[in-house]
Amino acid sequence: MAGSIRALPSTEIGADGRVSGRRFSPGRDAWRRFRRHRLALASCVILITMVLAILLGATVWSVPINDIDFAARLEGPSWQHPFGTDDLGQDLLARMIYGGRISLAVGLAAMFVAVSVGTAVGAVAGMSRGWVGSGLMWLTDLFLSLPQLPLLLLVIYLFRDHLKALFGPEGGVFVLIVIVIGGLRWMPVARLVRGQFLSLREKEFVEAARALGASKTRQVVRHILPNALGPVIVAGTIDVAAAIIAESTLSFLGLGFPPDIPTWGRILYDAKDYLDIAPHWALFPGAAIFLTVLSINFIGDGLRDTLDPRRVM
Amino acid sequence: MSQYLMRRLLIAIPSLLGISVVLFTVLALAPGDPFEELATNPNVPPEVRTALRVKFGLDDPVPVRYVRWLSAMAHGDWGFSFVSRVDVDKLILQRVPTTLFVVGFSQILAILIAIPVGVFAATRPYSVFDQIANTLAFIGFSLPTFFTGLLFILIFSIYLDWLPFVYRADISATGLDWYWQHVKQALMPIAVLGLFQAASLTRYVRSAMLDVIRLDYVTTARAKGLGEAVVVVKHVVRNALIPVVTLVALQMPAIFGGAIVTEQIFRIPGIGSLLISSILANDTPVVMAVTFVFACLVVLFNLIADILYGWLDPRITLH
Repeated sequence: MAGSIRALPSTEIGADGRVSGRRFSPGRDAWRRFRRHRLALASCVILITMVLAILLGATVWSVPINDIDFAARLEGPSWQHPFGTDDLGQDLLARMIYGGRISLAVGLAAMFVAVSVGTAVGAVAGMSRGWVGSGLMWLTDLFLSLPQLPLLLLVIYLFRDHLKALFGPEGGVFVLIVIVIGGLRWMPVARLVRGQFLSLREKEFVEAARALGASKTRQVVRHILPNALGPVIVAGTIDVAAAIIAESTLSFLGLGFPPDIPTWGRILYDAKDYLDIAPHWALFPGAAIFLTVLSINFIGDGLRDTLDPRRVM
Repeated sequence: MSQYLMRRLLIAIPSLLGISVVLFTVLALAPGDPFEELATNPNVPPEVRTALRVKFGLDDPVPVRYVRWLSAMAHGDWGFSFVSRVDVDKLILQRVPTTLFVVGFSQILAILIAIPVGVFAATRPYSVFDQIANTLAFIGFSLPTFFTGLLFILIFSIYLDWLPFVYRADISATGLDWYWQHVKQALMPIAVLGLFQAASLTRYVRSAMLDVIRLDYVTTARAKGLGEAVVVVKHVVRNALIPVVTLVALQMPAIFGGAIVTEQIFRIPGIGSLLISSILANDTPVVMAVTFVFACLVVLFNLIADILYGWLDPRITLH
């Protein structure tokens, strides 16, 4: 089946998606476009492998992350410790599996916050015709010119202790980082959504819905929003990568998660003073961040090709 | 042009005010007492503490405190560092030039790489060169600056032993050697920041070039017999740079974020490392002031981008 689809030049597909009697769903058509982007496809495989390794790794590699063994300090990769050990003789593979879960969870949760806030702001700004829209856009532009990393550091500095008391050391930092990263990354999504809304709300199919008596909420939720989602999905994908980098940066500066939670950035932070004697300690988490971010970016690029209706492929 | 400049300046003021409101709101919302050095110091009796709080107006309503804080900032009274026991503005002024030096040179490096590569890739779209440049650009902006920094230290300082990995403000050498030492120690930080910027800039330049190069006036320029080099350099690049300038302006916050990381890795005595050390030392006045300086720098560079924009596209200044 897959072979026969590939052989079909896309120009033969009509507006209704009908080719030689066979019907293509939008999903399958999207998949067909996505498959053309080879790097995106390869990235998908890499990312899925890494996610599976992170999720299932702990059951296969059941070495505790805080098992201190001074006899095996700063050892390079070996069969006993595939990724080597750190300055306390803790197994790096186990720590990276644990940290990867947190990095990915932060990335996904922060993306969710950014996309929700951005879509809400963009939708309201795109539907209102008065001062609300321009006010919201002014706010968006203001947030875009905020220096994000200093502000991120400032918020974490001011609120860290309070949230730690509220949600516990891990939960507090997690909630804080997710909210702050998400709260500083919604602006591009808001602009995209507003732009889409401004053109879509004047389209005939929305007018038809309005004529049939659809309420404003229904017009937005059933008719406009689904058509505006393409660029949002792309922006959301890239936001996951950006959030992972932001979290690693915070941890790398020593201001993210506490030392006993080995996120990838935190491992790098601990490793940077031992670069000359134990380079493996920094290289493995660094490579993990790089591979994850690179594959997410490539997938985002592939999705852009897939979901951009203007592009003829 | 001067009228356009004035208008841009007037637009910059509300955004600075807006940023200051955001910063102050964050500070005001913060639980506990940010100036709690007094509160935790057992040598200060409670009555003195209350008197001080009244004197500094810490219990006034938030808007009153905001106006007071803002007018103090505007007067150049930025407070007193808890840790260094120096005026905050002096502390920051000492450090700003270093940050601007590193950020400025890395921007120049980024532009020097991105414009030729982007232009060359766009004139031969989907060629081998284009695809290699595109893949390298993807790798470039997927490599976080903290990891490239460590990789550079590992390769150039530890294995090859060519460059020092600690930035020193007090180099004892004199004459030409002094300059050489400075160049050597600045090379890695500038390269880390510059390459990261160059990666995303290359993609912007390429796509902006591709948008312009197929326009009719370019065909006209070719049709009247101009050489390809003249067409590209004189007709296409100048117009393609207009959207790129906007995108660079939008990137400014990210650039300063990268500067913080780079300063921390190479221990450059700039305002980024000052921010981190003040956070670790709970030095609230410095933290607030540095964050505000970063915001001002972003607004300033946006202003410069606007001026460039007006120069590249004279139509803009007329509206």
